[in-house]
Amino acid sequence: MTLAAFLLLFLASLAGWAWNRRAAAALWRGGARLHSLPSYHGGTAALAVAVPGLALILVWLALQGAVIDWLLLASLPEAATAALEPGARALLQSEIASLARGQVFGTPEPWKLAAAAHLVALGQTSRALLLGAVALASGLALFAAHRRVAAAFRARQNVERILLGLMIGCALVAIFTTIGIVASLAVESARFFSMVPVTEFLFGTAWEPQIPIRADQVAGAGAFGWLPVILGTVVITAIAVGFAVPVGLLSAVYLNEFASPRLRAVAKPLLEMLAGIPTVVYGFFAVLTVAPALRGFAAGWGIEVAPNTALVAGGVMGIMLIPFIASFADDALAAVPRALRDGSLALGATRAETMTKVLIPAAIPGIAGGVLLAVSRAVGETMIVVMAAGLIARMTINPLDSVTTVTVQIVTLLIGDTSFDNPKTLAAFALGLMLFLVTLAINVLALRLVRKYREIYD
Amino acid sequence: MAHFNPSLLRRRRRNEVVLRSLGFGALALAALMLALLVGSLVSTGWQAFTQTHIRMEFPVTAERVKPDDIAKGNFRALVQDAMQAALPGLPAPEARKLAAMLSNAAQFRLRDAVLADPALIGRTVTLTVPVSDPYDQLAKGQIDRATPEANRRLKDTEVAAFDTLAAEGRVSQPLNWALLTNADSRFPELAGLRGALVGSFYALATCFLLAFPLGIGAAIYLEEFAPKNRLSDIIEININNLAAVPSVVFGLLALAVFLGWFGMPRSSPFVGGLTLALMTLPTIIIATRAALKAVPPSIREAALGIGASRQQVVFHHVLPLAMPGILTGTIIGLAQALGETAPLLLIGMNAFITASPATPFDASTALPTQIFLWADSPERGFAARTSAAILVLLAFLAAMNALAIFLRARFERKW
Amino acid sequence: MQTPSKISAQGVNVHYGTTQALKDVSVEIAPATVTAFIGPSGCGKSTFLRCLNRMNDTIAGCRVQGRITLDGQDIYAPSVDPVQLRAQVGMVFQKPNPFPKSIYENVAYGPRIHGLARGRVELDEIVEKSLRRAALWGEVKDRLDAPGTGLSGGQQQRLCIARAIATAPEVLLMDEPCSALDPIATAQVEELIDELRATFAVVIVTHSMQQAARVSQKTAFFHLGSLVEFGETGQIFTTPRDPRTESYITGRIG
Repeated sequence: MTLAAFLLLFLASLAGWAWNRRAAAALWRGGARLHSLPSYHGGTAALAVAVPGLALILVWLALQGAVIDWLLLASLPEAATAALEPGARALLQSEIASLARGQVFGTPEPWKLAAAAHLVALGQTSRALLLGAVALASGLALFAAHRRVAAAFRARQNVERILLGLMIGCALVAIFTTIGIVASLAVESARFFSMVPVTEFLFGTAWEPQIPIRADQVAGAGAFGWLPVILGTVVITAIAVGFAVPVGLLSAVYLNEFASPRLRAVAKPLLEMLAGIPTVVYGFFAVLTVAPALRGFAAGWGIEVAPNTALVAGGVMGIMLIPFIASFADDALAAVPRALRDGSLALGATRAETMTKVLIPAAIPGIAGGVLLAVSRAVGETMIVVMAAGLIARMTINPLDSVTTVTVQIVTLLIGDTSFDNPKTLAAFALGLMLFLVTLAINVLALRLVRKYREIYD
Repeated sequence: MAHFNPSLLRRRRRNEVVLRSLGFGALALAALMLALLVGSLVSTGWQAFTQTHIRMEFPVTAERVKPDDIAKGNFRALVQDAMQAALPGLPAPEARKLAAMLSNAAQFRLRDAVLADPALIGRTVTLTVPVSDPYDQLAKGQIDRATPEANRRLKDTEVAAFDTLAAEGRVSQPLNWALLTNADSRFPELAGLRGALVGSFYALATCFLLAFPLGIGAAIYLEEFAPKNRLSDIIEININNLAAVPSVVFGLLALAVFLGWFGMPRSSPFVGGLTLALMTLPTIIIATRAALKAVPPSIREAALGIGASRQQVVFHHVLPLAMPGILTGTIIGLAQALGETAPLLLIGMNAFITASPATPFDASTALPTQIFLWADSPERGFAARTSAAILVLLAFLAAMNALAIFLRARFERKW
Repeated sequence: MQTPSKISAQGVNVHYGTTQALKDVSVEIAPATVTAFIGPSGCGKSTFLRCLNRMNDTIAGCRVQGRITLDGQDIYAPSVDPVQLRAQVGMVFQKPNPFPKSIYENVAYGPRIHGLARGRVELDEIVEKSLRRAALWGEVKDRLDAPGTGLSGGQQQRLCIARAIATAPEVLLMDEPCSALDPIATAQVEELIDELRATFAVVIVTHSMQQAARVSQKTAFFHLGSLVEFGETGQIFTTPRDPRTESYITGRIG
């Protein structure tokens, strides 16, 4: 039915296009001097039908659920709903909805069956109404657009104005995404902080989100101090960046200054391949290969290593970051003007001296920007740590220990049941808000550095 | 040339060699890591591309399967009968227990065969069915016969029975097409990627249909029409920052807004695609702007000079010329989206679902979330299957990147 | 001046942001005449040319003041659509810039967007006529489907001229049309300009004084954003009134 509405709209705008185009072409053949080409007259009609119609359908689809719920609730017997609190009411609604889908378990009360039938009928009415509304709106728009066909009508300007508006709308989607991110994180975090004090979250040193779900369950009381979590994130990020920066930077130096064109032609795609591997693959690689190898190696030396040591997650994340840092450093080095390099070489400096004393210092802002972006990536990276790091939050900076990260906690808290009314779920959003703010700050700084650097040599 | 200090020169030369070898070492290390990664995946994954099968004769008796109600027949007992008949040297109870050698699917295959042709009742049906995971491991040499029995997953009698059947020529190891055509299953020998492939396809299609037009529209506006003002600056900074927001945050957005506020269906590829579209949008916008910028201004001037409007200039001339670059960027963006896992986990696309989704609104997994699911499964057979699934994913990514490279090489215009 | 001017510019000032590019320029462009703008680079002659078909509108931060009329109608009036103006005042650029499309499509594009042809036959006629007038028809008539970018530089520039005249303009603006061409191609284009004078008012910006002397009837000399001298070409080159003009044509500035 919804599909039918889209189809109807599509056909109507197609018809409008053809109808207006023909009318304008007829004027033209009759000898009139048209302001705009007939196809623009067609376009006017097509857009006049499609744009409002599409908006109508989307608004309808967005609102119909809420309206139907409200109507359904109003139709239920007074006695059945009066005493219900919101949670139980939602339960009742989903029960009726599953009855309406034909999933009948046991023998429900007759009034519930009636409500289910009512729900089905409401849904059908809504869809039929939508189809009717689209048909009516399309028809009106068709005739209104057709009446505007005239030699002097500035159809091209009209079409171009609408298209420009649509393009601005496209550009605003990016803004709305950001607003959506901030709003969703802020709203859910606010609910979290109404249950857990902000100070406890920011300065608490214990993170034990395993709170009892049933009253008789034996579990910790729950503690939501994020310090051990962020400490774990810092440990793993430091390992990853500490591994990736020297390797990536030296790779870039070699590629930029010493490598033959043939080696470059091989090495560049190789690094791109490393960069294109999804992080879930790195995560599996860490579990499958790196962790057992490291354990075996450590056992050989008699060192005790935790099964989910930060070293594995951090190291594998470092591999992921190598191409990232290498390509940033390569770009930064390549952007240093040739004259600077030639000047140094002409003084009799070796290529290594030119690199370390002239090129790298000149490229430092660009390289630093790349490293910062890599840090932000490491902080926000999820799959590697979900698969290879630990779940228990500990206040430790020992890389051999098992630590957890912000992203690991977000994922583990939200996998499985997600009811939006307990602090366990909402804590994930508070962590998400922190993650967003931290990475945003690093990114802004990094992008500013990179841009400044570009301005110097452009 | 008089006052050169030879020892200083030697030291400087040595420093050059040191830096050079360090750089080469770093590059070699990166290459080694890539080789290790691919090597370990291939060495564990290749086994999942074949599956051990066994040919068995199943005597279908009217006593076990009533002709008037075939679906309720005791096919489980039929499988045990067949195993008993195939291993006459063993006491009956022990032989019947060895029916576990066959995959759980055997009884259902048999049932389907009889349902399709009820005349089979009273006759013997010969089927080639997959063996269960431990025997598959045995056939592939993953279970070492030299291990003491107590530490081995298969006991001596089980190994001997399998060897007996193998000696009769019943065992084969064909290509494992089920890996691609089956949906997920609790049993490794039956689990396949079909649901994940279809789910990923729906999600990527949704992502493309939304992000491609939106991205091009936004990029054209920003590059060709936007006045230089605060709003344009804000949009621009915003897009650059959005490109660097951690993917898990997009998952939180989708969970709170799409599932929580709008009540869209959980675990559905449509919501997954919607989320991926928001993530891919900045990539496409940035690539499109670069492609538009690469079209020389002389083309714009030529068209303007004839009296084309600014939109005619863009849509008739600039956009078609920029299209190869836009498509290249879009394909690369979609390849990233295909490998994206974290946001899909948060909207529940890691559910255990044994049917492939019929529409984009049905619950489903996607390739990367399926990999995550399998990687978490304890059965040995899933380790190989996870690697194999990763190889399938990497093959898709490689194909997409190759297409992008081809487009760039074939259609890119040097001005 | 007996015949009414085709284009009349009075008191034109142009600013790019805060810098003034043109100061109080007034010029009359006569019909069926070639008018040459000469002067050292950066003197504002191209800027002024681009005012005549409002190509400066496309440059952000560019402001044009003063009055420019085409057949007595103010081209900067709010009611004037720059898009239609540019169909009436065609333009040929410094570097040949054919669209990366076929020769036919290059010429047919203008008539198509302005709705000048009723049907394929008429369009074919316009394309042929324009290519003939641009003296290119004989060289390309067998390969109209070949890409325009595959032609030689001189042919490309004549294709651009054909493209400009296909929209039936009344004035043709040429911004150093021969600066990227070799001498033989230059001669061909100059010959063509002379023929086009029969139908169009041609305005040509050139850095070559010999070229101005060869092709134009009127010459305007620009210096540092001002119009120094404007008159009959012969008079400007033989008996310049302004000492700056004399220095330029004798090679002391430039």
